[in-house]
Amino acid sequence: MPETVAIIDYGSGNLRSAEKAFARAASDAALPVEVVVTSDPGVVGRADRIVLPGVGAFGDCAQGLRALDGMVDALEHAVLRQAKPFFGICVGMHLMAKQGFEHGVHEGLGWIDGAVKALTPSDPDLKIPHMGWNTIELTARGSAHPVSHVVAADDHAYFVHSYQMELADEAALLGFANYGGHVTAIVGRDNMVGTQFHPEKSQAVGLKLITAFLEWRP
Amino acid sequence: MLKSRIIPCLDVKDGRVVKGVNFVDLIDAGDPVEQARVYDAAGADELTFLDITASSDKRDILLDVVQRTAEQCFMPLTVGGGVRGADDVRKLLLAGADKVSLMTAAVKNPPVISELAEKFGSQCIVVAVDAKQVSPGKWEVFTHGGRTATGIDAVAYSQQAASLGAGEILLTSMDRDGTREGFDITLTRAIADSISVPVIASGGVGTLEHLTEGVTQGHASAVLAASIFHFGDYTIAEAKAHMRRAGVAVRETV
Repeated sequence: MPETVAIIDYGSGNLRSAEKAFARAASDAALPVEVVVTSDPGVVGRADRIVLPGVGAFGDCAQGLRALDGMVDALEHAVLRQAKPFFGICVGMHLMAKQGFEHGVHEGLGWIDGAVKALTPSDPDLKIPHMGWNTIELTARGSAHPVSHVVAADDHAYFVHSYQMELADEAALLGFANYGGHVTAIVGRDNMVGTQFHPEKSQAVGLKLITAFLEWRP
Repeated sequence: MLKSRIIPCLDVKDGRVVKGVNFVDLIDAGDPVEQARVYDAAGADELTFLDITASSDKRDILLDVVQRTAEQCFMPLTVGGGVRGADDVRKLLLAGADKVSLMTAAVKNPPVISELAEKFGSQCIVVAVDAKQVSPGKWEVFTHGGRTATGIDAVAYSQQAASLGAGEILLTSMDRDGTREGFDITLTRAIADSISVPVIASGGVGTLEHLTEGVTQGHASAVLAASIFHFGDYTIAEAKAHMRRAGVAVRETV
């Protein structure tokens, strides 16, 4: 039986590249995986792994997710109670936080103790958005984590964001980028991980991270 | 640290590449998807398609091209040319584009920038500025490939676009475009230093030194070039090696 990976479609941006990247990573690693893009909480409930992508603003995305009847309940049941592996990408990762301060204050899923706030690089000459390829430094936890450990010191990932997750729970930090200070790049606890960068746009580095997620048995 | 980006640009007409790399191992050198794969493998940091299809009934061909590219290339893809409003942006993003670049529509009606940035996020709205020098230290926005003057100051317009929510400015010097004499450094710097969003320098690249200058002297966050890569003069790897030797931080993949 192939595993099912559900990529949640809640009206936020392009899911095709995420879908194709997960499918490619699975086929390159010969993992029997079926990738489905879905807005059906039932499908999410039956899936083996769950991916929450997202582009745009925190508030719009949170609203979009909640607009899908039963989706937040299905997610909480699958991720918090059944401990299914979960991967949040960019704003999908932001939504794991308690709150987002992007155009107002918005409630997140509250899975990770942190808040999403505007990037404020120490060097005022640095451009916002933080856009492009940056390296990632893993924390001690990140180096030992079954998913994030595959990121090497000179690997680059593709970032594009103006807000970042500021963690109250430092233990959830697996990796960070440097951009006028530390920028939260990879977070995780228990059966969930999230990346600020876009693995589906990060060429080989992204694919190997996705593969590690697909092989992860938390 | 964040790296300076090199972005090859492909002109696409009726779903075919107008000028492209002519490598022997390409099955179909006119297929934008094949070209995209070459650049993906070569370590390009992003890719831009500029659609120059004239007739509107053939514009949907581009969506198929974007879709097939996104299925095979896991790198950021920007698509521009003839984008008018939310409908066009949505179609392109759903087909697999990561960013969409606006040109004439934004010049004619700047509020469309904030409308689209609010709807889709600033990260995917690139505003293309085609600028031509009109007097020393003064540049004007042009449309229609540099043929139509608008009377709009290019620096002020770039600032306006950024404040309306553009995530990036794609700045092309119409004086330098196609000349291979290098970027208009004064123009690039004037705009890059006056806005907080990244600037992609474009127009005039003929040597690797030009790419470096765009970053070191023009203060661009990314450099875009077409012919020096398409005609096989230089590879992406050579460009990155050159930039690195000149002290510009780049992502080297090969």
